[in-house]
Amino acid sequence: MRTTQQIKPMAPKPTSIWQHHHILDVDDFTREEIELVFQTTQAMKEVLSRPIKRVPALRGKTLITLFYEPSTRTRLSFELAAKNLGADAASLSAPASSVAKGESLIDTLSTLQALGADIVVMRHPQSGAPYIAAKYVEASIVNAGDGWHAHPTQALLDLYTIHEHKGNFKGLKAVLIGDITHSRVARSNIWGLTTMGAEVTLCCPPTLLPAGLGEQHHHFPLVSIEHDIELALDGADVVMALRLQLERQQSGLLPSIREYIQLYQLTEARLARAKPDALVLHPGPVNEGIEIASAVAHGPQSVINEQVTNGVAVRMALLYILAGSQKQ
Amino acid sequence: MIKPLLIKGGRIIDPSQQIDEVGSLLVTKGKISWLGKGEAAPPQSDHDVLNARGLMVCPGFVDLHCHLRQPGFEEKETIATGTRAAARGGFTTICCMPNTNPPLDNQTAVEYVKSKAASEGVVRVLPIGCISKGRKGKELAEIGDLAAAGVVAFSDDGEPALSSYIMRQALDYSRAFDLPITDHCEDTVLTEGGQMNEGIISTKLGLRGLPNAAEDIIVARDLALAQLTGGRLHIAHTTTEGAVDLIRRAKEKGIRVTAEVTPHHLTLTEERVIGYNTNAKVNPPLRTEQDIQALIQGLNDNTIDIIATDHAPHTEADKLCEFALAPFGISGFETALGSLMSLVHDEQLTLVTLIAKLTHEPAKILGNKYGRLGTLAIGTEADVTLFDPALEWVVDTRAFASKGKNTPLAGERLKGKVMATIYQGKLVYKVDSVKLKES
Repeated sequence: MRTTQQIKPMAPKPTSIWQHHHILDVDDFTREEIELVFQTTQAMKEVLSRPIKRVPALRGKTLITLFYEPSTRTRLSFELAAKNLGADAASLSAPASSVAKGESLIDTLSTLQALGADIVVMRHPQSGAPYIAAKYVEASIVNAGDGWHAHPTQALLDLYTIHEHKGNFKGLKAVLIGDITHSRVARSNIWGLTTMGAEVTLCCPPTLLPAGLGEQHHHFPLVSIEHDIELALDGADVVMALRLQLERQQSGLLPSIREYIQLYQLTEARLARAKPDALVLHPGPVNEGIEIASAVAHGPQSVINEQVTNGVAVRMALLYILAGSQKQ
Repeated sequence: MIKPLLIKGGRIIDPSQQIDEVGSLLVTKGKISWLGKGEAAPPQSDHDVLNARGLMVCPGFVDLHCHLRQPGFEEKETIATGTRAAARGGFTTICCMPNTNPPLDNQTAVEYVKSKAASEGVVRVLPIGCISKGRKGKELAEIGDLAAAGVVAFSDDGEPALSSYIMRQALDYSRAFDLPITDHCEDTVLTEGGQMNEGIISTKLGLRGLPNAAEDIIVARDLALAQLTGGRLHIAHTTTEGAVDLIRRAKEKGIRVTAEVTPHHLTLTEERVIGYNTNAKVNPPLRTEQDIQALIQGLNDNTIDIIATDHAPHTEADKLCEFALAPFGISGFETALGSLMSLVHDEQLTLVTLIAKLTHEPAKILGNKYGRLGTLAIGTEADVTLFDPALEWVVDTRAFASKGKNTPLAGERLKGKVMATIYQGKLVYKVDSVKLKES
């Protein structure tokens, strides 16, 4: 039966390369680990191409998604990934208000642990929350986004999508445009892209650029900064537009959304400065007509839908590798 | 009847009298009664002996900035536990901040702290009064009444910065009582939601930063207001290179300002926060190596007058949460000397300067209203601290007398340890290895 068939192309032994019990960020991932994720994702895509998109690799494992923030695609993507691998998936939505009320995160996680969770996929509005979780529970914690800090599975699916099109990252020029300060996607991509050998340029208004970047520092990768979008896009291989939260205007970081559009929207004309085969990515959800023109979001260079599709395969790969590295 | 106590054969360092030599001290009826150099023997022989050989013997430390949490937050600390923690840290005089509940903005509250300290404390507690009623920053507290109750300074520490208007009035009004206004210098409009120093580490961690400029701005403002009013300004916990520069220039101009720095800001950087360590979450935040170098220079050229702990105990539950939800503060009494000694071992500060900044210099800011403090002069109350500058020990928070186990130094090895603390002639703390021989 196809459903019991093993996943064949899993050539490398995950445990020999893989060093993580949790997936908290990609900042401590090696190039070999990321390549293992690519190879495993390739195998998962093969599974997903079958008529019955299932393998029982995680049968008997329990995955719980614990979301303190709303999410559509990330949560769904994890739940599908878990089900495709035969895991039992359950979810707990904790409204952000319960955080404010001081309900203990550790208590909640202890409960999930007592309920038998092997893997907890967690999204939280506070940077670092999954790190506290990882300290106090035995289950593997997968960070599905923490505050402004990290969104490792998004970065890995972005990297995989780029890898599918470009192969090698060495020498690629990747440009991230938009609100870097508040973006966990940007941070995790900076780590992932630079680890793989790409050069990263950030393009944003100075008020949306966090402190200390642009200098060599052993705690964070070196990136280039270019506030002029046309110069930033010159010769780019990969262009990633980031979602702009409309409240950035109210908090005084931007004069107006109108001016942001004028200065930083990824338009067809601006994209023409990039290489002809440059890829356009966006982590979603897209504000069409704000950070990215509709024509670009739906244009021939856009891989935004592929990112969503790859999201399931990458998360299957990560769950598979994690489960394999857990003590039996 | 308590027998006289001879503290025998230690290296006596008393910057108030420029003494630094081996000798012995005799304590009689709670006062320093005799100081003998070398092997000199005291005039009387009927006394107990505390063997101080190999130890430093100096005036009891004076801390101008701590939080004892009582009344109102007894789960974090009490006057009983806080003063015992102080004794373990070598402090014999501690000035507690008024951000209690109720706050120390009236005589009754101040009297409560003083009476608790008298009945339950083991070292001298000198309360600091509020600047504004209810710490709300709107109207001045009854500063004259508080002065009469014995407060040593005024501060709304822990609250957002006062308006320039109220700060001006506080500096002006308090001149009549010759007491300093202690300010936590932070432009809170600029730091709203801030969790740690703003820089590459806050960027890495995705945490909102508190920029150095937020401190520099209020230091500059306060200095201008001190100049305008002629009032006495005391800058709490200085942490930035910019603030050190501003204070240095203000002192050159003759503005009446004194400044303090904490052991943690002198020895730890923002990197301690990596991993979302809530025990390294403190306000002002741990800064950078460049700031630390400026602070040390400031201590050495007397821009920064004193070292104060800002001992800020919290419960483990308070700190066991998401970084942004954890309160600010480090429990500092019991690690102060051990961490500061690293500066002496690294030759960034001399032992004598360090002791001056913990004894004679803070005593100068307090003046003589509360007795002569920070000295081993004959006839003064016998507040004496004995420490071993080279003894290595591991910080075990379970052994803390403080209820606050919140320190980023837990489990770390420090070199330099308080061995015994004497307050008003009574031995209030002693490690087992220091031998007391009763006559």
